[in-house]
Amino acid sequence: MLKQIEGSQAIAEAIGLCRPEVICAYPITPQTHIVEGLGQMVDRGEISPCEFINVESEFAALSVAIGASAAGARAYTATASQGLLFMAEAVYNASGLGLPIVMTIGNRAIGAPINIWNDHQDSLSMRDSGWIQLYAETNQEAVDLHIQAFRLAEELSVPVMVCVDGFILTHAYERVDIPEQAQVDAFLPPFEPRQILDPIHPVTIGAMVGPEAFMEVRYLAHYKQMQALGLIPELAEAFQEQFGRDSGDLIKPYRSEDADTIVVALGSVNGTIKDVVDELRDAGMSIGSLAISTYRPFPHKAVRSALEHVKRIVVVEKSLAIGIGGIVATDVQMAVAGLHKPVHTVVAGLGGRPITRDSLRKLFHRADSGHLERLEFLDLKHDVVHEEIARMEAGRRSGPIAENILHSVGTVASQIR
Amino acid sequence: METTIKFYQTDTFTVGNRLLSESERSVQAGMQRTNALNSGHRACQGCGEALGARFAVDAAMRAAGNDLIACNATGCLEVFSTPYPESSWQLPWIHSLFGNTAAVATGVAAAQRVKGTKTRVLAQGGDGGTTDIGFGCLSGMFERNDDVLYICYDNEAYMNTGVQRSSATPPAARTATTVPVGQHSNGNVFGKGKSVPLIAMAHEIPYVATASVADLRDLEAKVTKAMSIHGARYIHIHVPCPLGWGADPAHTIKLARLAIESGLFPVFEAEHGEITGHRAIREQVPVEDYLKLQKRFAHLFRNPKQVAVIAQLQAIADRNIRRFKLLEKSSLNTGGTAV
Repeated sequence: MLKQIEGSQAIAEAIGLCRPEVICAYPITPQTHIVEGLGQMVDRGEISPCEFINVESEFAALSVAIGASAAGARAYTATASQGLLFMAEAVYNASGLGLPIVMTIGNRAIGAPINIWNDHQDSLSMRDSGWIQLYAETNQEAVDLHIQAFRLAEELSVPVMVCVDGFILTHAYERVDIPEQAQVDAFLPPFEPRQILDPIHPVTIGAMVGPEAFMEVRYLAHYKQMQALGLIPELAEAFQEQFGRDSGDLIKPYRSEDADTIVVALGSVNGTIKDVVDELRDAGMSIGSLAISTYRPFPHKAVRSALEHVKRIVVVEKSLAIGIGGIVATDVQMAVAGLHKPVHTVVAGLGGRPITRDSLRKLFHRADSGHLERLEFLDLKHDVVHEEIARMEAGRRSGPIAENILHSVGTVASQIR
Repeated sequence: METTIKFYQTDTFTVGNRLLSESERSVQAGMQRTNALNSGHRACQGCGEALGARFAVDAAMRAAGNDLIACNATGCLEVFSTPYPESSWQLPWIHSLFGNTAAVATGVAAAQRVKGTKTRVLAQGGDGGTTDIGFGCLSGMFERNDDVLYICYDNEAYMNTGVQRSSATPPAARTATTVPVGQHSNGNVFGKGKSVPLIAMAHEIPYVATASVADLRDLEAKVTKAMSIHGARYIHIHVPCPLGWGADPAHTIKLARLAIESGLFPVFEAEHGEITGHRAIREQVPVEDYLKLQKRFAHLFRNPKQVAVIAQLQAIADRNIRRFKLLEKSSLNTGGTAV
């Protein structure tokens, strides 16, 4: 049913249709509306049977989901930013135990300085945790990915993160087609756990594993996740058959077949990128884009074949691997290793800095004329950082960078156009 | 089968099972005991935790009609019982992390509710996993009144990692991180640490109890009673650690008994935040009798003997005697203790 609906509410409704049996709720911006919506749905009896558990921290939220999932219940939780970092230990644990938990990440920056707005540093910091990571471009895709995520998680017995840009998607009202219960039921069968805490057939889950077997266990975790590279396209196809929508899959190329320049990105910024690509295509530029929908496991082959023919690759990413440059760009470079393609890393939109069409247009023009650096920071206020660098180099003890910047130039936010 | 006695305990004040009627016999005495933590595990000789866990889990198994799931924190109990590919657990058992056992148990209990099963849930961990790193999750579980029995096996330090101080380490005790050095240090500081049983009572959960491996019948009875109640329940069991305490493995039970009889480890029960019973002490023994048997307190007895420090410990014991009315007639009626 088509609805004009907030992203978080749409996600909550999608989760409800997946018949979760245990939902753990802890508030963190910008994830809050999702669990609020689910709480109301459980209260109205729209999700039943279901245990809605208010916990004391994100660490407990995922831990409760771990217990519930190990005991055979379909378990769900959602978090963001510091919350994801706080539950990091349990994040690795859930995948190590092979528990098919689904968790929404309302992507948000990580402090300090504290910042509640969107970037991808949180989920990308968990890229090696053994969770499958799917990134939604629109709220429609967010809804569709959650439905696919449960099936994916349960078929492979691997936890799945569905990453949704905080505020940009979670708090945006869009027209979203919410599926019917019967459709979802036909796509997503009841949860059949691979292994369960059962008093009739007792098992020990979470034994201590020494050097003689730990490598093998990790290898098998890797092997299992790599199987998702085959399963995700299959599920996307099955989903299209069932729901009539093309959602998910490994990658989403756009006007890229004959492009000299391809812009690679995760999440909602692909919408803006596609608009600019359309504009520049009309103006005669040979440009296309590539959205990475599945970031873990990383679809190396698919990305490589989508980029084989290009002259240059521009990775626009909302994260910074401090000390090296780009997180996603590193994966893309691996994918095109040996092809001798220049890969430009463009760090953009950190802490919710808007990524405007104007900025992207200028960036892509520079890329097209071969003037792009290997590592760029989109819309970085060079005067501000130079002033701070000068202060640091002057040998004075400088205080926290953010406070210095605010002190010397007034609020940065007021200067954003 | 019912008349067969597989085990009975002597050499403590506990009455031998042969003298008791069948209904009063301990869980461990029966051939039907589940042996849920079976033999062959890798605990040290004289391990109080292994003993306490065996009695507690078997009693819980009987009370639950063997329909029980156990969650375990990281620690000695997990490490010595589940070296892959082996396991000593004869019941469904999960270990997730050091600090989240109470939350995992909450999840397991939630799954039982949603599935409509009657399976009961037990969570267990050492004092580090309970009073320190797992404390937030434990408090959350209490606050939600989740249907979980949480058992803490308190051996008063982080024994699994090499005997470091926990918030359950008694004052003046030597651990790897509270080393008595020079004139001004006497081991662990006074006035720190926390009593999780009292904190549990402050959550007003249905049932809180302390118990000891010195009194296994009482321990079994308390677990049985806790299992008859639904909601969050907490049992804190004192389990000497010969290795960490620097004690003779043959002295585990003796030390546990001296801890009770000196007043250092008060044994009591509470329901909904009110103390409802205590185990009486016939005659208070001086704390010195308890301290002298352990190397972790040896620095108190070297020349010059730390009389003032020992007096401070005695004062703690005396305060417990007054506070929990330990010298008054026992009001515990959990079966098998007072004769």
